[in-house]
Amino acid sequence: MTVTAQQSNQPTQQYNYAYLDEQTKRMIRRAILKALAIPGYQVPFGSREMPVPYGWGTGGIQVTAAIIGPDDVFKCIDQGADDTTNAVSIRQFFAKVADVATTEATSEATIVQSRHRIPEKTLKQGQILVLQVPQPEPLRGLEARETETRAMHAYEEYGVKYVSLYQSIAAHGRITTGAGYPAMVNQRYLMTPSPIPKFDNPKINQSDAIMLFGAGREKRIYAVPPHTDVRSLDFEDYPFEIQSWEEICALCGSEDSYLDEVVLDDEGNRMFVCSDTHHCSVRRDAGHAGPLAGHALATAQEAAE
Amino acid sequence: MAYVAVKGGETAIANAHRWLAEERRGDPAVPEIDVTQIREQLSLAIDRVMCEGSCYDRDLAALAIKQARGDIQEAVFMIRAYRTTLPRFGASEPLDTIQMRAARRISAAFKDIPGGQVLGPTFDYTHRLLDFTLAANGEADIPPALKSEEPQEYPMPNIASVFAHEDLLEVDVPTPDAPEPYDLTRQPMRFPAGRDQRLQALARGDEGFLLGLAYSGMRGWGNTHPLCGEIRYGEVDVEFVPEELGFPIEIGEILLTECVMITGGKGGANKAPQYGRGYGLVFGHCERKSMSMSMVDIALKAADAGEAANAPVKDEEFVLYHSDNVEASGFVQHLKLPHYVDFQAGLLTIRQLRAEFFERQRANGEATEPAAIGELVS
Repeated sequence: MTVTAQQSNQPTQQYNYAYLDEQTKRMIRRAILKALAIPGYQVPFGSREMPVPYGWGTGGIQVTAAIIGPDDVFKCIDQGADDTTNAVSIRQFFAKVADVATTEATSEATIVQSRHRIPEKTLKQGQILVLQVPQPEPLRGLEARETETRAMHAYEEYGVKYVSLYQSIAAHGRITTGAGYPAMVNQRYLMTPSPIPKFDNPKINQSDAIMLFGAGREKRIYAVPPHTDVRSLDFEDYPFEIQSWEEICALCGSEDSYLDEVVLDDEGNRMFVCSDTHHCSVRRDAGHAGPLAGHALATAQEAAE
Repeated sequence: MAYVAVKGGETAIANAHRWLAEERRGDPAVPEIDVTQIREQLSLAIDRVMCEGSCYDRDLAALAIKQARGDIQEAVFMIRAYRTTLPRFGASEPLDTIQMRAARRISAAFKDIPGGQVLGPTFDYTHRLLDFTLAANGEADIPPALKSEEPQEYPMPNIASVFAHEDLLEVDVPTPDAPEPYDLTRQPMRFPAGRDQRLQALARGDEGFLLGLAYSGMRGWGNTHPLCGEIRYGEVDVEFVPEELGFPIEIGEILLTECVMITGGKGGANKAPQYGRGYGLVFGHCERKSMSMSMVDIALKAADAGEAANAPVKDEEFVLYHSDNVEASGFVQHLKLPHYVDFQAGLLTIRQLRAEFFERQRANGEATEPAAIGELVS
């Protein structure tokens, strides 16, 4: 997959470059810098109304709009896939309003905007991962009031979160949180990594890339700068563990990527495939094959590319 | 039967949008509706879109309603998304609503009040019987409403001025060195919220949500049953001080509905008993909304004054965080986006827990394997 050429920005010049006006971008950049300076701390910002609905990536789009330039190469994924509807929509948006080149190749992108996944390929220095966040407050499920949760963060009062994890173990024998698994950033702020599966949590720890988190509706930005400790909460006797499958990817045979379950019929037959579609296609191109290699799902993906 | 994996190709999206445009147009044999017709004949829809969209422009609102196929919340969303890109010249002078050229002004607190009860164009006291002539052959010429022989009192005294000499009604005194009013379109929600922030949130808030809250307060979930001190609807001048001039000039007129609700206040050791007031101010003719807004304002003020926030309508965070329909609609509808990655995470956990459950049962010699649903059904 090569990088697609920049598109002309002509028809959209009613709007400023990358949609937001410069004042707004400056305000968002200030919030991002503050967020990077206090890893894991949720910085309130004057989130704007965007031409896509709240809950559909307005925070991520604003963060991207504030940092993107004409030389950037932009990748956008949802559930790990480049061809899911909302990812397509956001990628087209930036191709149009920011005159930017787009790609599906993780390693070629300078900015990766994502919902619910971190790409399998390790991000490197110079790359920025922008995650769309529906609910930035890791304590919200336990305390509905913002006034309370802000105080809890200020006092580093996270006991209630540990208690809830303990209750999960007491009731079910294990910590049942599968996605949006809470993590402690730089030994100070409790953070939700957004609803990525806990499988992806270790990728945030000591990453070479910058990780930015944008929550548009809740009007918060937070960040994990490169080389920062991010520890998923756990107990000595119940250590943090990531998801694993007995199956391998049916298309590329990968044994260590996050798998989606694709239902094949009403008889209970199903196949497991890589959630990261680019990762899967790179492996297939390199000659790896799973038990269902050549399945219609793979050919459909290739046709889309 | 085989399932097709749901992946959204770019072509599929483009086609969906084309189909949407087709549906919007409806039967091409029927003449296309003109935005000016919407502006003139669906004026209350326009008012609501301007009000919740926080942008006073009847033509844009008409366009949004047309484009949204009459979906008012969708139209509000479009107006908001457009509004946020507009350059900002500054803030107008505070509006002087006592100078309103009132088309309607009523008070439920007094049989008659200075200025009189002016009914104006209202659905009140109409019988909600479908008028089939509107559907059949259009309406006959409408006989014009009779004009009063006496000119209406101007400026029309308001409920505050009626009470003024007795100090019976709480007065909102502007703070002389008040900072710029809080602006939720530029700053995030902050708590505790000032009254400016609160009123702005309510004015932009969803009419249905505020109506429900106001209603819940009257029914016992908040114990508020205020009195409608005054509702007025009419035109108000907007003045602006351009930097290069240094004095206010009139830049236009806008239609507004203002509502003041009053409620009994028992006073305290250092405070004489006095009526408290709740305030509602909205673009256009949105009476239901302005009443709901002022009732929610009263309930929130009661909580400020130390009453327990023991009902949703009295809880500032609950009310302000959930009244915006653009936020609410977006987030509720984001559930349509794919969630299969998190679903897979949940599925793994549930399967694991189920396996452990049946293992425990087997160990206790209690039960058998679960039946597959297919077997149960067939």
